Amino acid sequence: MSDIISKKVEKIQPSGIRAFFDLVLGMEDVISLGVGEPDFVTPWQIREAGIYSLEQGFTSYTSNKGLYKLRLSIANHLKNRYGLEYNPDDEILITVGVSEGLDLALRSIINPGDKIVIPTPCYVSYGPVTELAGGIPVYVNTKDYGFKLTPRLLEKSIDKRTKAVVLNYPANPTGISYTRKELGELNKIILKHKILCLSDEIYAELAYDFTHTPFASLHQARNNTIYLDGFSKSYAMTGWRVGFACGPREIIAAMTKIHQYTIMCVPITSQMAACEALHTGKKDIEEMKREYQRRREYLLRGLGSLGLTCVRPAGAFYLFTCIDKAGLNDMEFARRLLKEQKVAVVPGSAFGNGFDNYIRISYTSNFDNLKEAIERIAVFLRKL
Amino acid sequence: MDEILEILEKDARTRPEEIAGMTKNDAAKVKQAIKKYEKEGVILKYKTVINKELIRSEDAEVRALIEVNIVPQKDLGFDKIAERIYSFPEVASCYLISGSYDLLVVVEGKNIHTVSSFVAEKLSCMENVRGTVTHFLLKKYKEDGVVLKRREENKRIAISY
Repeated sequence: MSDIISKKVEKIQPSGIRAFFDLVLGMEDVISLGVGEPDFVTPWQIREAGIYSLEQGFTSYTSNKGLYKLRLSIANHLKNRYGLEYNPDDEILITVGVSEGLDLALRSIINPGDKIVIPTPCYVSYGPVTELAGGIPVYVNTKDYGFKLTPRLLEKSIDKRTKAVVLNYPANPTGISYTRKELGELNKIILKHKILCLSDEIYAELAYDFTHTPFASLHQARNNTIYLDGFSKSYAMTGWRVGFACGPREIIAAMTKIHQYTIMCVPITSQMAACEALHTGKKDIEEMKREYQRRREYLLRGLGSLGLTCVRPAGAFYLFTCIDKAGLNDMEFARRLLKEQKVAVVPGSAFGNGFDNYIRISYTSNFDNLKEAIERIAVFLRKL
Repeated sequence: MDEILEILEKDARTRPEEIAGMTKNDAAKVKQAIKKYEKEGVILKYKTVINKELIRSEDAEVRALIEVNIVPQKDLGFDKIAERIYSFPEVASCYLISGSYDLLVVVEGKNIHTVSSFVAEKLSCMENVRGTVTHFLLKKYKEDGVVLKRREENKRIAISY
């Protein structure tokens, strides 16, 4: 087979925890704290808008860039919420989630051998997508810095082949976020070295402790930032696959070029539903956010009482939990917890090297499940 | 609304210790707040929502929504006559509303006969009641924000990044 599959693809290592995922999927009655998506169903009026669009016969392609009314709504939303100005004509592209947006961004900017700085732990796709685009991921372990990229760490990781840094905040898997001041310091380094910032802000609406600052809103940052966001997490619309990328005209044009030949456009039903989300979904976001906040507090206290610690997340819906106390590595911990107590978590090594004493716990599950899970983890730890 | 009330309104079983956990609060303070709400009558009762369509038919109840036109009393308005009506145990709910009639009364009974008798013998013949229109309830779809149908399980895949 080695002749058939491209060298580039072959080089990408399959995730080491795939087997563990298969184990989870093959088991019944598992309480899963391993899900990276909301447990809420998309709010009804958004689903209804999708259904109505089908009834009205909206079943065609849209413009490659996405429906103009959706781009306009996004432009208005960003302006009202953050004072960010993007022209819906040529500075906004509707993508198949942030995943596609990130892929397009990397493919648009990378020449073979260009380096991309990726703070870890990070979402699983950043490295492989960089490699597929011909780039070299430069992983920066942030464990000793509260899981945050510091200006010093960033500067140390930059050399003359560095093209961009990927930021994600609030972050998956740690939930950490950056204050405006912290981002300002990072921006200085980015400006100094004339690199780009690919800012994955998919959890922006789920910021609990302080106001979210889009990277592009920082002083002089707009021209070297690709702002990536979407509807999946905030509006509980993961399956609709709608995201958007905003950035300088030239970059969005390059991304649109790839998008038009590979994806053509995001499904029209999803785009229509996303329009409704922006117009009427604010209240739903607030409600879900309050619920996540309560779960966060509850789990922090619950895990703390079991001696499991984690950095306090400022947003998203994850707790990156240290399992040193258990004396097991992440894979062993996750496997045994699943087999012995039927609770699923994601081993930390999924999110980068050097995190095999961590697990990721998602609080995208209702209180009854969270309560039960804490009790089961307590029993599991006692029996170790 | 206070967060404690919001949590209890969603699930009355939530224990004060759990509410404390969710709200970064002290369990004793939560207990105290709940006591205060109970004392002030903000929290009146803790109930369970039961889908009666699913229980045995002999236990099933008949419900009727009754529009009641009344003559308000001097100085007391509608309140006194409303009180006389809602004090009957057959009355499940009673609302004063705007529009072509005055009170909307929800009556519960074992069968159509018991509900009809209540309307004919108790309600209609009350002084100050000018007339009634009875609507028997055929099917309940949603009540107090709860859809009366078991929803299909959430089909999320059990683990994802």
